[in-house]
Amino acid sequence: MGFLEVEDLKVYFPIKGGLFNRTLGNIKAVDGVSFSIEQGKTYGLVGESGSGKTTTGRAIIGLNDITSGKVLFEGKDLTSKKSKTASVRKDIQMIFQDPYSSLNPKKRVLDIVAEPIRNFEKLSKQEEKKRVQELLEMVGLSPESILKYPHEFSGGQRQRIGVARAIALKPKLIIADEPVSALDVSVQAQVLNFMQDIQKELNLTYLFISHDLGVVKHMCDEIGIMYKGRYVEQGTKQDIFENPQHIYTKRLVAAIPDIDPRHRAEQKQFREDVQREYEQSYNDYFDSEGLAYGLQSVSDTHLVALPEKG
Amino acid sequence: MSEKLLEIKNLKTSFRIKDDYYAAVDDVTLTLNKNEVLGIVGESGSGKSALAFSVMGLHNRAKIEGNILFKDQDIANISPAKLNKLRGDDMAMIFQDPLTALNPLMIVGDQISETLLLHKKNMSQKQRKDRVISLLDQVGIPYPEHVYNQFPHELSGGMRQRVIIAIAIANQPELLIADEPTTALDVTIQAQILDLIKDLKDDMNTGIILITHDLGVVAEMADRVAVMYAGQIVEIADVHTLFENPLHPYTRSLLNSVPNTQEGQDKLHVIQGIVPSLSKLPREGCRFAARMPWIDESVHEENPVLHEIKPGHFVRCTCHKHFYFPDESKEDSNHGVS
Amino acid sequence: MWKFIVRRLVITFPQIILLSVLVFIMAQMMPGDALSGMIDPNIDPAAIEKQRENLGLNDPWHERYVDWVGGLLQGDLGESFRFKMEVTELVEQRLINSFWLGVATLFFTYLIAIPLGIISGRWNDTWGDQLITGYTYIGFATPLFIFALVMLWVFGFQLQWFPTGGSVEPGLTPGSFDYVWSKFQHLLLPALSLALIATVNTVQYLRSEIVDTKQKDFIITARAKGASESRVYNRHIFRNSLLPIAAFFGFEITGLIGGTVFVEQIFGYPGMGLLFMESILLRDYTVVIAVVLLFGIASILGALISDIILSLVDPRIRIK
Ligand SMILES: Nc1ncnc2c1ncn2[C@@H]1O[C@H](COP(=O)(O)OP(=O)(O)OP(=O)(O)O)[C@@H](O)[C@H]1O
Ligand SMILES: Nc1ncnc2c1ncn2[C@@H]1O[C@H](COP(=O)(O)OP(=O)(O)OP(=O)(O)O)[C@@H](O)[C@H]1O
Ligand SMILES: [Mg+2]
Ligand SMILES: [Mg+2]
Repeated sequence: MGFLEVEDLKVYFPIKGGLFNRTLGNIKAVDGVSFSIEQGKTYGLVGESGSGKTTTGRAIIGLNDITSGKVLFEGKDLTSKKSKTASVRKDIQMIFQDPYSSLNPKKRVLDIVAEPIRNFEKLSKQEEKKRVQELLEMVGLSPESILKYPHEFSGGQRQRIGVARAIALKPKLIIADEPVSALDVSVQAQVLNFMQDIQKELNLTYLFISHDLGVVKHMCDEIGIMYKGRYVEQGTKQDIFENPQHIYTKRLVAAIPDIDPRHRAEQKQFREDVQREYEQSYNDYFDSEGLAYGLQSVSDTHLVALPEKG
Repeated sequence: MSEKLLEIKNLKTSFRIKDDYYAAVDDVTLTLNKNEVLGIVGESGSGKSALAFSVMGLHNRAKIEGNILFKDQDIANISPAKLNKLRGDDMAMIFQDPLTALNPLMIVGDQISETLLLHKKNMSQKQRKDRVISLLDQVGIPYPEHVYNQFPHELSGGMRQRVIIAIAIANQPELLIADEPTTALDVTIQAQILDLIKDLKDDMNTGIILITHDLGVVAEMADRVAVMYAGQIVEIADVHTLFENPLHPYTRSLLNSVPNTQEGQDKLHVIQGIVPSLSKLPREGCRFAARMPWIDESVHEENPVLHEIKPGHFVRCTCHKHFYFPDESKEDSNHGVS
Repeated sequence: MWKFIVRRLVITFPQIILLSVLVFIMAQMMPGDALSGMIDPNIDPAAIEKQRENLGLNDPWHERYVDWVGGLLQGDLGESFRFKMEVTELVEQRLINSFWLGVATLFFTYLIAIPLGIISGRWNDTWGDQLITGYTYIGFATPLFIFALVMLWVFGFQLQWFPTGGSVEPGLTPGSFDYVWSKFQHLLLPALSLALIATVNTVQYLRSEIVDTKQKDFIITARAKGASESRVYNRHIFRNSLLPIAAFFGFEITGLIGGTVFVEQIFGYPGMGLLFMESILLRDYTVVIAVVLLFGIASILGALISDIILSLVDPRIRIK
């Protein structure tokens, strides 16, 4: 039994249209996704824009309604109505993509960080303040910051405030939706290091959503690659980066800019080869609607979306 | 081969904040040759866009000092009419944000066509339309005839960025300034757009200034790289030298903070502190000194200047000779020239 | 786009029905019978009761409502108790007068607003802009009826450039040139007074719209293409800023209604606003109800026009 298990998760959004806004069809934002994460590990969810990464994360934490499928957290089914209890929700928190807009600019840091605490616990003003100060210290901000407003902080500091809010209730699982995409490399490094530090300290589990494969490779133990709401490949970091099987994964890996200018020619050649393979074998990897097939396992840890044999 | 296209001499671009002027670009000197890609890297707020806007003459209320010679003509001090003849024709720019750089109430065809209308006076309407459609095709937009009549909000971010590129290359400029052309895009689309820019250079001999904070993009695209910090160039060299033998502490710190896709290092380097805001920039001494407080202050020059270490490799300040990362000992830092 | 318009039209019906219900309820609360105007509210209560019975006024409310609406659809607005004539007839000439007053006011409103807004927005923070902004502040602060009185006194009585009351000189043949000219002269001063105050909203709105658009990134794109300043303004900034103004048009109509009540009163201009005030004073409830209903319909149509214009000019809606 894994720590977090997602089984055949589907999230459809209705397409409204016509004169009276009837439902005409569905956007299959997440279309049958399954994976599991072990406690204390970091699981990366990768894919291009619109592939359904955020929707998956939001569905797990209960911000999007699930069309079908199951989310099991420590064995408890989060999708069944009666277990929508506070204690489970408390254990899962989310960090949002944009540090510039995800914090309410009119609230002080104290109120921002204390918000989840207020929802779940009854603390006196004094205790609450102390808790928030401890949290801020933990994320490397001075305790005096509690009276400041978000605009008085830099991007990296703001993302730390977001992290402080997320860890306020001592969660076990954090869903980090592109936590560093809006940041400079130097600030990105700061946030990534810090996330790794608190992971060790608090034995946190991360679902790490990103489209930057470099960052994912640095952070994650296991990785799932999404394309149009479905999984195309899943495996350990080594499986994905050293032995990618699906043409879409290969294409993603090939597209990462190489930081060593000496590899320029090879990289170009590699990319052209992959592109050629992509064009030639597209039909072997995608069905008639251009969607990925079901996952087949190629090793203990490695699953690839391929058509059924025969 | 190396024919000079653009020469920037002692450029200083200052913005007015309250009653004083503060230089966001401070004494920058650069050259760009034809058929060359010059990468400019640096953290947010280091003055990259301010430099690009100065070259294009797009600043509204900035004080610009120094010279910008484009094909030997000083464009920092020319009449608006003459500048408008050059802009969009001989020199063009790709903007950072594809979501806001297009007019929301105009079809994209007309927005591209406008550049042709302004510079190719003898083209007929029909010819312009044909040219726009072939441009859309060239930047890899499917169904160009259809997209011609669409409004920006009907296109995805990647498509809009291509439209912006189509506008920039419409008149086959000799100088192209690309300000973070792919920051808003997915990696696969980024790779396509970068290829497109490369093709442009090969086909038209264009000189390109590529601004980005993605060191991987620079490593793949640039012939030479300038590293900017706090409005100044702190290091400039050809791309191989810069990545193999970076000298300035800032360059080395930046390189060390990138999650390396080749081997998994454990900890990323974090540059202490933040880029100071414009009005708080240190104007004297080594501007980067405040961000490496563990280094003895006496190693900085009083008025740091660019030193030519090797032909074509310039580094500001002498502090690089004494720089080491906090987690390594002084001894193993004696790398490069000393 | 047509879908949007159809949907918008579909919403208009319930709005009008809601309006009619509200007006109906209002009428019930008035003494006598405000809908038909056939009972004198001032006679002895027992006699009223008798007449009500005879006229079927004690029927259940929904029957009376249906009767009333049925009459409205045939152009029957009831009878004026004071003038003993059909309200429709009474209202007709007034409606035409008010219509022309409205047209003239809107014309002047835009005639003033567009150049002032453009000057003020393009050269913002110059002395010209400050002058114009100063005017808009004065406009906001000045009560319309005081301003109209001053206009009347200065241009009507002191300078005698304009007639000071009515909508036309008596004794002219309708349709003759003199008649039309006289109508026009009577219209001018009230329309100008109203426009000078009403326009400040639009001036301010246009100014801030232009100042806002000036700083948009796509303006920089236009400059980078080599477009001259005048082209940047004409093709990009003004065009984009004027579109929201066009959409504002319908709401101006709504705003006008309030204004005409004051202005017609002061200039003695026989339009709907004046009729409204008169009939309130005369306790001529049928007419009050009819005017309220017409004002309400005009407001609803104004909002409808706004939305339709917006859908025509803004591609972001047009596509849907
Ligand atoms: N509330 C919603 N209503 C309708 N469609 C939605 C909604 N939220 C997401 N979608 C659609 O679902 C799909 C997946 O969106 P999602 O935000 O999960 O993608 P993503 O992988 O996070 O992309 P990005 O990298 O751009 O953040 C998209 O096509 C999106 O338009
Ligand atoms: N119009 C302006 N008025 C005042 N200050 C400005 C203006 N434009 C830029 N600045 C300031 O000048 C400095 C350099 O800004 P610039 O936009 O050139 O940075 P950049 O290197 O392009 O950063 P990014 O990577 O975020 O685009 C910043 O401190 C910025 O706040
Ligand atoms: Mg997302
Ligand atoms: Mg910039």
